[in-house]
Amino acid sequence: MNSHPSDSYLRTDRLPHLWCPGCGIGATMNSFVEAVKLSGISRKSLAVVSGIGCSGRVAGYLKADSFHTTHGRAIPFATGLALANPGLRVAVYSGEGDLVAIGGNHLLHAARRNVNIMVVCINNFTYGMTGGQLAPTTPIGSITATTPYGSTEMPCNLVNLAASAGAVFVARWTVFHVRQLACTMAEALVRRGFSFIEVLSPCPTLHLQRNNLGHGETEMRYFKEYSRVANNTSPVEAGLDRRDRKIIVGTFVKRERAVFFDSPDSVTLVRKKKVKA
Amino acid sequence: MKKKTRYSVRIIAERCKGCMFCVSFCPAGVLGRDGTANARGYPLPCIASAAVCTGCALCQKLCPDFAIFIESNHVR
Repeated sequence: MNSHPSDSYLRTDRLPHLWCPGCGIGATMNSFVEAVKLSGISRKSLAVVSGIGCSGRVAGYLKADSFHTTHGRAIPFATGLALANPGLRVAVYSGEGDLVAIGGNHLLHAARRNVNIMVVCINNFTYGMTGGQLAPTTPIGSITATTPYGSTEMPCNLVNLAASAGAVFVARWTVFHVRQLACTMAEALVRRGFSFIEVLSPCPTLHLQRNNLGHGETEMRYFKEYSRVANNTSPVEAGLDRRDRKIIVGTFVKRERAVFFDSPDSVTLVRKKKVKA
Repeated sequence: MKKKTRYSVRIIAERCKGCMFCVSFCPAGVLGRDGTANARGYPLPCIASAAVCTGCALCQKLCPDFAIFIESNHVR
């Protein structure tokens, strides 16, 4: 027998995938498959939407309804899917360059409206597919294609951004925390509202190599050694600074709020207008 | 007689890219490196001591390439 237990959720004809050796995106996809199994959601009622970039390829490898969208616009496409077919569970799978830089506004407003989607943001501290440019989360001092003398910009704290914009479920894990990540993803899949999960992942080819941080395995050891699980910590205090030698992980926000177009009021409002027109 | 479970590690060589996450993080030290490579030249992990496998499947969950999995067999 030579078949992986997750094979029924994968487009196996497209494997091996294109991610570099030591990249963690495949491991997060492994956790996502695990989460789908745990949550009990059928493959028929799951849609995976992704933007452009390395992590944007996830939609192409999963055997579910999937949508590979334009750069930064994964959330608008997903919002449309979630509104048009409320029975569908929509997951957005993309990177931080796509979701926070190019599609930054969409992230903010989808969180504010509390659209019923789940967002998985793979944070590898750089733009991977386009050649390792400065991303919103690149740490200060890092060498990238666009900052050859080191970045001088303050990196963005993604969990704080999502929480302050109004997301109802906010968590962060690293690629090393595969079991916790699978459980968190499963919880987010069954919850209603806008959930945001940041996953720290090594980029061995660009970020790690340019900054002499070793390879994928070394970064995984760093994640293992310096991660501190602190559930319910305020996202404001969950900043990522490599100089602190501390990565705060866990589930930071869990709250309930009215979901976008979920209340009967909003539906009747639209219907009334339609009748008038 | 009590039923025993034996675990066997299966490696799909053609999918492996040799990142060695499985080798570094196996809590029981089942896996090792023996210098073999697959058809594309990526170094493959090898099963160094199969008997100590506890079946935790961390290797299976950590593998970014869906190239390693655990099979459990009940034996008397």
